[in-house]
Amino acid sequence: MTPTSTQDLLSHAWFGLIGLMLLLYVVTDGFDLGVGILSLFRSREEDRDLMIQSIGHVWDANETWLVALGGALFGAFPAAYAMILSDLYVPIMVLIASFIMRGASIEFRHAAHTSKTFWDRVFGLGSLLAAISQGIVLGKVLTGFIPGAESLGFIAVTAIGVVSGYSLLGATWLVKKTTGRIESTARRDAVISVCTTVLAAIVVSLGTLHFSPVGLSQWQDSGVFHVLIALGVVAALAFVYILYSIHMRGEHGPFIGSTILFIVSFAGLVISLFPWIVPGKLSVAEAASDSATLTFMLFGIGIVLPIMVGYNLYQYHLFRGKVVPVKH
Amino acid sequence: MPIESLNLARGQFALTAIFHILWPILTISLSAFLVVVETLWVKTSDVVWYRHARFWSKLLLLNFAVGVVSGIPMEFQFGTNWGPFSQYTGQFFGNILGFEGAMAFMLEAGFVGIMMLGWGRVPKGVHLFATCMVALGSSLSAFWIMVANSWLQTPAGVAVVNGKLVVTDYVKAIFNPDMFWGVSHMWFAALETGLVVVAGISAYYLLKRRNPEFFVRSFKLALLILAIVAPIQIWLGDSSGVDVFETQPAKGAAIEGHWETNAPGTGANWSLIAWPNAAKQGNDWSLEVPGMLSILATHSLHGQIKGLRDIPVADQPPMIPMLYYAFRAMAGIGFLFMVLAFWTVYAIRKARGRIDALLAQRKLLLAWVLAIPLPYIAVECGWIVREVGRQPWVVYGLLRTEHAASAISSGAITGSMVMFSCFFVVLISSFFVFARRWLRKGPDLSLMPPAEPARVSNAHAVDY
Repeated sequence: MTPTSTQDLLSHAWFGLIGLMLLLYVVTDGFDLGVGILSLFRSREEDRDLMIQSIGHVWDANETWLVALGGALFGAFPAAYAMILSDLYVPIMVLIASFIMRGASIEFRHAAHTSKTFWDRVFGLGSLLAAISQGIVLGKVLTGFIPGAESLGFIAVTAIGVVSGYSLLGATWLVKKTTGRIESTARRDAVISVCTTVLAAIVVSLGTLHFSPVGLSQWQDSGVFHVLIALGVVAALAFVYILYSIHMRGEHGPFIGSTILFIVSFAGLVISLFPWIVPGKLSVAEAASDSATLTFMLFGIGIVLPIMVGYNLYQYHLFRGKVVPVKH
Repeated sequence: MPIESLNLARGQFALTAIFHILWPILTISLSAFLVVVETLWVKTSDVVWYRHARFWSKLLLLNFAVGVVSGIPMEFQFGTNWGPFSQYTGQFFGNILGFEGAMAFMLEAGFVGIMMLGWGRVPKGVHLFATCMVALGSSLSAFWIMVANSWLQTPAGVAVVNGKLVVTDYVKAIFNPDMFWGVSHMWFAALETGLVVVAGISAYYLLKRRNPEFFVRSFKLALLILAIVAPIQIWLGDSSGVDVFETQPAKGAAIEGHWETNAPGTGANWSLIAWPNAAKQGNDWSLEVPGMLSILATHSLHGQIKGLRDIPVADQPPMIPMLYYAFRAMAGIGFLFMVLAFWTVYAIRKARGRIDALLAQRKLLLAWVLAIPLPYIAVECGWIVREVGRQPWVVYGLLRTEHAASAISSGAITGSMVMFSCFFVVLISSFFVFARRWLRKGPDLSLMPPAEPARVSNAHAVDY
């Protein structure tokens, strides 16, 4: 270990905090985006009613993790915020557009009489677009924004990976929250999406080695390599557990397994990239704000973060259990 | 930086900001109004207040949805379109936006689900708490956003290190000279918006004589609060004005069409109405009140006010006639609200609780219905004065707008702008369709409050 300064400690703490917020975002909004994507494949209105009802109370707070993260990144790593957003102008704009589509349609569908199907489709399409654009952002950042056909192929795989990962979270969430026909369909969807997710994750891991010299050098470090092997084993176990608990008609198991799969993949990505924010282009140290800002933000956001998690959990607790249809 | 891209980026910011601000001002005030209504319901157990809470919260939900989705472009636009600005100011400006997201936006989002869908799931005390948190979240959000914006107006507590701003004193940066006026003037503008909307919609039902007993309550409540809020807002506006002349003389001179600095020992003339002409650095014509501007802008007889001619043209704000008239429209609407509110409170007193007497005041009721768009116009005009008046600076005195924009191709910006414009048209027209349906349907007067879940044996949330 090299001796660390306060500035290093603070910037690493913020890297960790932003990572945590990103993880919270990906898992929570991941399942409601997934429910949205799956709703595209449901033709019965009453099925979509129930599916959307299962996320009605939480989707807004889930999405807000990304907004909070955006602000935190802007303050703690202004250079990264500026670089990622302006270099990825088009996918970010598509992401914003998809959020507008989702947020508006999920509220308007309740008020709509004759146009409900239309708003439902807007909601599903918005969810799909959001997942795709997030996948593109991930792929672009991992390849350090290099152009070319090869990296395009890689980006296509990350996009597919994010779409199927979110569908997996969405499907296993529906297994938790619904009954009957919707639940059985969700179990089938979960099996398909867990397979595509794992396939995409393997391709992305290999691709990261290929594209990013940073990733390669990290993997050659024996300490990092051992951790990655351990993460791989946990991921494999999670994969088996998801399939097993779907088969055994477990209600919470599939969702828990999928969440573990996400955490492990996320940890693997972070470990293979650290200390870079954009591999080969921008490091944590280069992007970080001055220690005055990092300290002040740590007090401000560090203190409210547990409270944020707390009232979010309360909300989940309050609306726990299977959803029952309500008439509007 | 090609000038075309810069102008497009500015246009996009203007478009998204002008659209976005329409919604949070109602969210802030309507959620605060609902806190009052729900407190009355909890305190008095009068079911009419419960029905009011349910009725107005439907409008809040519709409005909230558009506010949230139109706010997302704002948060990310600094990075996409204003990269150099973000790098330069991120250590303070980004920090404050981060606080807004974590402290305020999440609070709102975390409790809005309980507020909208939690009736019957939680005891009414907990529901009131959720409503309070939504109101607090939206007001806190306004607070942090106005801290960030006021710092752009009067930056303080920072130093330039390696071409970037580093925070040297957080107290000075947060409590910058404009902060108190910026925060309070905006918050009161938001309050006025909700009160006028509630009063206007109630007046609409009173005019139509639909459920007058029900709507006379919300009408009176809104007016009572507005009669206190409107004069305070005029005082805040006047004080902000004095602050502007002190901290940003070019903006002050532009909104008043003031070109020549007054000689010591004389008062500056105030143009009641004029047409400022930047090309000739003077007014084409004007109707002036001698000595009045010194009194208005400095609260003293001979206060010296710098004229635009003493400010280099390169440092003068653009579009001076627009600033001049936007300011007048805002101030005029502010005064109108005070007059209307006082007049109506007088009419309510004179009616002595007889609904017929109030319903007979048809012109007054119609005035409130027609007033509904006015707070929105005033807020937009105020923001134009604030933002266009700060030009050519984005961070006053520190960073010029022309140095703040990302190098994005004009095609990409045009594309996203066309997309946003289409979305905004769909959003606002859908909002009006659904709001109209809500208005036609009216309140549900048979609605009974759900049984208190805390007293039901197998209910949720008993432990809370």
